[in-house]
Amino acid sequence: MTAFALTARAWRVDSRFVPLLGTVAVFALAAGYGSVAYSGFFSAQVFLNLLIDNAFLCIVGVGMTFVILSGGIDLSVGSVIALTTMISAALVEHAHWSAWQAIPAVLLIGTAFGALMGWLIERFRLQPFIVTLAGMFLARGLCYLISIDSISITDLHYTAISQARLPLGADTSITVGALIALVAVAIGVWVAHATEFGRTVYAIGGNETSALLMGLPVARTRILVYTLSGFCSALAGVVFTFYMLSGYGLHAVGLELDAIAAVVIGGTLLSGGVGYVAGTLVGVLILGIVQTLISFDGTLSSWWTRIVIGALLFLFCLLQRAFEGRQGTR
Amino acid sequence: MTMRRLSSHRLFWPSVALVLLLGINAVFNPGFWQLQWRDGHLYGSVIDILNRAAPLALVAIGMTLVIATRGIDVSVGAVVAISAAVAALMIGGELVVKDGVQTHVSRYPMSVAIVGALVVAALCGLWNGLLVAKVGMQPIIATLILMVAGRGIAQLLTGGQIITVYYAPYFFLGNGFLLGLPFAVFIAAVVWGTVHVLLTRTALGLFIQSIGINPAASRVAGVRERLIIVCVYVFCGVAAGIAGLVISSNVKSADGNNAGVLLELDAILAVTLGGTALTGGRFSLAGSVLGALIIQTLTSTIYSIGVPPEVNMVVKAAVVFAVMLLQSPEFRSTVRRITVRPATGSAR
Repeated sequence: MTAFALTARAWRVDSRFVPLLGTVAVFALAAGYGSVAYSGFFSAQVFLNLLIDNAFLCIVGVGMTFVILSGGIDLSVGSVIALTTMISAALVEHAHWSAWQAIPAVLLIGTAFGALMGWLIERFRLQPFIVTLAGMFLARGLCYLISIDSISITDLHYTAISQARLPLGADTSITVGALIALVAVAIGVWVAHATEFGRTVYAIGGNETSALLMGLPVARTRILVYTLSGFCSALAGVVFTFYMLSGYGLHAVGLELDAIAAVVIGGTLLSGGVGYVAGTLVGVLILGIVQTLISFDGTLSSWWTRIVIGALLFLFCLLQRAFEGRQGTR
Repeated sequence: MTMRRLSSHRLFWPSVALVLLLGINAVFNPGFWQLQWRDGHLYGSVIDILNRAAPLALVAIGMTLVIATRGIDVSVGAVVAISAAVAALMIGGELVVKDGVQTHVSRYPMSVAIVGALVVAALCGLWNGLLVAKVGMQPIIATLILMVAGRGIAQLLTGGQIITVYYAPYFFLGNGFLLGLPFAVFIAAVVWGTVHVLLTRTALGLFIQSIGINPAASRVAGVRERLIIVCVYVFCGVAAGIAGLVISSNVKSADGNNAGVLLELDAILAVTLGGTALTGGRFSLAGSVLGALIIQTLTSTIYSIGVPPEVNMVVKAAVVFAVMLLQSPEFRSTVRRITVRPATGSAR
């Protein structure tokens, strides 16, 4: 413990970065273990695949980070993704819209959905948990109203984007979805740390009353936070449509939990006010690497993924509590 | 005057909703209220609703107490799956011909298996309770951990398979009849009755309510806040465990992946429908049972009037939105302002 404190002092690590450093350390540890234990693990493509296979989770995570930073929660993200894939598929396949008409339309729908939930939460002082829960039911129900079965997408634009790969050096490449995810994270970091909106989100999560007394636009910002999350979910839904090339009401079931887990593991405090968008990216990568490790091992069954994610969630929550406790006594 | 007093009773609106739903059913389905005596028990749509609502009511009773202490337990669905898996594993069962008579043989005695499953469920609750009360995590996050990991544990127990139970006495829990009524209804009634007596005849109900209203003040007043919170989560786990037994007995199998999926949401919905605020404090066990009945009746209604079952989720969402808004003081005052304003001169 003293050794840790000494190194921390020597490196001048700001105590705010401790949870984030823990996250990065866990990722490095998992990556190191995988590289030593399994041949073929330590390659650029394996690590790029982490991003490619979890691009939608990453985008949802950015929106979720803002919601949790503001002290709220959004349970509707998974079903908004499903709804987005469903509407995209219906518009493209049944109504014969082009991809360039369908994508803005679904982004608009997702954004409006988020804005509506945000307005309900702010205007009528409802609990975010229960409002977004109802939103979750509503979005999934709407999927089934469109179609009970999966609609596969054969549109040329969609398949072209789905198969497009940007080569990065020898034998490595990245998909459009992964690029969108990286851009979303970059914009998220910028919005969180360099804009008035971002600072207001941190202020609301830290102490809402203080934020109000400071004259910050609390009401507007809270609605915008859920609007942003709705937009991110819809964008993730578009990426998910590229990834799966189908629309289905059972897509992304339980994704909201993975997103919350990624945000928490990424070092954002659930009580709001403390955290980093970049941490969420690392959180998503940790979830991805757990899955990759288990599939590389081959002897472990898929349900171990859930148990390990639960254990990681537990570990990071404990870390957060210890961290909060130390700050409280100071 | 009496009407106003009646309508201000907190069970008034949930009861109206239930009666309304039952009425709609009676209109669309003339045979809805028909009860028949068949094979020594009552048979009919209403009985079916009661039977199916029993597990949800059990979970909702546990959830009510948790919510009353300002908590929430999103792991109940996973606990249902774990308890069902434990019971199914311990009973297993096979049909053996002994001295020319077919007898069912279980791996462990059924009582041991049931106690085992409930002990595991109680341990799940204890884990949640300790994380909330001792470690001080937010309830939704503390129980989220078990919700994520619990389903994995249930699948680990069942080896990712659906375990079928071959032991007839076990089926009585979810399919049996006592005095003409489904046995599951009696289980739910006994749990409800016990909790009701415990809460009203001792100070426990008051303590739980005071913790929900102001945890710090009740601690200062000498209420053993942490102990009570742990107990409440343990009880919620046990209630979910009993529901898991009833559900697995009803379908004669345990499915680690799909048993009790989304049950936590239905239970929370039942509690809210029953008039217990999610912010803690005042609660109503009877309201939650009513809420569970409303949800089950709603599901049956949707099936019986021929709407595709997929619409169920949209209807549920609409119900949640409506209940939420009705419970919100801000919404009520907005509505009052809109409706009362034109009449202010004459009516008041």
